[in-house]
Amino acid sequence: MMHWIILPVILPAMLAPLIGFVMRHDMTLARTASVAGTSLLLAIAIGLTVMAADGQTHIYRLGDWPAPFGIVLVLDRLSALMILLTSVLALIVLIHAITTGWDARGRHFHTLFQFQLMGICGAFLTGDVFNLFVFFEVLLIASYGLMIHSGGRERMRAGLQYVVMNLAGSTLFLFALGTLYAATGTLNIADLAVRIAEIPPEEAALVRVAAVLLMIVFAVKAALFPVQFWLPATYANAPAPVAALFAIMTKVGAYAILRVHTTAFGPGQAGTEDIATTWLFPAAIVTIAVGAFGVLGAKRLMPLIAFSVVGSMGTLLVAVAAFAPAAMTAALYYMVHSTFAAACLFLIADLAVTQRGGDHLRAVPATVQNGLFAALFFAGAIAMAGMPPLSGFLGKLLVLDALRAPGQMVWAWSAILGGSLLTIVGFARAGSIVFWKSTATLPAAAAPETAPEIAEAAEHAAPAAARPMQIAPSMIALAALVALSIFAGPATTYLEGTTAQLFDRDGYVAAVLEPSPGTED
Amino acid sequence: MELIVASTVGTLTAGGVYLMLRLRTFPVILGLALLSYAVNVFIFASGRLAIDQSPILSRYGEASYTDPLPQALVLTAIVISFGMTAVLVMIGLGAYLEADSDRIDIEAETTEPDPQSDPARGAPEETKA
Repeated sequence: MMHWIILPVILPAMLAPLIGFVMRHDMTLARTASVAGTSLLLAIAIGLTVMAADGQTHIYRLGDWPAPFGIVLVLDRLSALMILLTSVLALIVLIHAITTGWDARGRHFHTLFQFQLMGICGAFLTGDVFNLFVFFEVLLIASYGLMIHSGGRERMRAGLQYVVMNLAGSTLFLFALGTLYAATGTLNIADLAVRIAEIPPEEAALVRVAAVLLMIVFAVKAALFPVQFWLPATYANAPAPVAALFAIMTKVGAYAILRVHTTAFGPGQAGTEDIATTWLFPAAIVTIAVGAFGVLGAKRLMPLIAFSVVGSMGTLLVAVAAFAPAAMTAALYYMVHSTFAAACLFLIADLAVTQRGGDHLRAVPATVQNGLFAALFFAGAIAMAGMPPLSGFLGKLLVLDALRAPGQMVWAWSAILGGSLLTIVGFARAGSIVFWKSTATLPAAAAPETAPEIAEAAEHAAPAAARPMQIAPSMIALAALVALSIFAGPATTYLEGTTAQLFDRDGYVAAVLEPSPGTED
Repeated sequence: MELIVASTVGTLTAGGVYLMLRLRTFPVILGLALLSYAVNVFIFASGRLAIDQSPILSRYGEASYTDPLPQALVLTAIVISFGMTAVLVMIGLGAYLEADSDRIDIEAETTEPDPQSDPARGAPEETKA
């Protein structure tokens, strides 16, 4: 049996306490270990992606117990892709956090960061819903620490709400699992698929309840309307690199919906097949609207980006809600894109905000590297809003193209296109205030109100022109978007294979439940 | 038996939800604790209720046993909810000391900018998202 599959969980899990206990007094050592660990994770992720590219579902049985009784980790193309995405993003974010000194502003950044990676990788790999819960908790408990990293009143307030929100979500998750177990007697995803198929539709009420509860829980993580309200405050007040890392956390929710609702409850399961389509689609449409209007109305830069993340999650989930292969491919492409787009925007905004001394949408004197930041920000905004040159456009085009069913088309097209327009307007407004008006002379009328802030901003801006290493991570995120646009063809081909594998429920079940030499590797 | 368990879960959940809606740190923590008790009992019951039976398949006795899996699940859930409650208490305490208010939605009560707020951003926060 291959042991590579469990390494993305083991490696951060071993590294985190090591950094926390042994290296806590030596920042250089902790940084080195953290970067080395994350680079190694990236290497492992590439290895796993290559391994999964053969289209087989690889499984890892912990303790070598057979599947429905023991814990399994499942590696298919989708989980390999998500792990790869996580590790690339993590490395970018980590370098940004180190070069800008965010990691030194509170204690245990690197420990929490590694635990967060462990939780995320575990959630992507796990093959049963209870361990999904456990890994959710691991990544959440690390995210609480990261969220309030470096403190401050606003951050504590947003952090407290975030924690309470997620604890309530966790309780709901457990209720869902209890219901699911009572109805089916198993929590293994593959086994669930088998058992649910055996339940006659008229007796599926309990399973339906569990499926809807699970949907709500994942919707909380994915920031789907009406449970998206925690996201803007959390992302806007979290340290920027952490917010950029959180870009993958909403995707964990989307991934969980994808995985559980295609494999266990999805199309072809008589009792539960319509749940996702019925509830997810309208909710996702409203989510796009919430995100778009939020972008339009935001008064600060960070909430603006946070709302654009909400909008992108809406677009992603509209495509997921269709539960058709073409739409799913589009959704996966858009998922990769929106992760990098959000991270890119948060990192650039962080650099700009640090130099400006505040993220208010208000003209203050131009910073040293105003032109560079403006260029990067607008590139990120173009990607996020879905304008032509970058992958956001291709992603949205794929999504639109896939949603041609009569009932969907009107709503989905008007929501996505309208939402994109509002997002563009919102970003253009924010960008022009922040980056263009700041080069013009300030009107005298605004002076009394903003004077102390400008003084403070000047004080902050004076020393720091961002060093190349500080800008590099945002550049890399942007480069990933460019690469995703250029290699859209190969990427889509790969994702089509991923989707085919995702919809191949029998293949998944067979690989997990009936180990044969072919799947055992 | 079923009635007692069901009404226990229901009452605990109702109490928990009510306390969570109080929007003050301490009641919310208590409410979440109640909710986690409710969910633990609920998971315990999800493997069917059986009295006086061991969760072990006996090779010699008859085949009646109580489902061991919910017990394992509950153990994990209890540990996690304890840990989470501890974290919540610490963060709630931190937020209280930071803002001098134990409301979950602090901004509703104190709107004046705090001079020491958010040193990382470098400027006082006046408007919120």
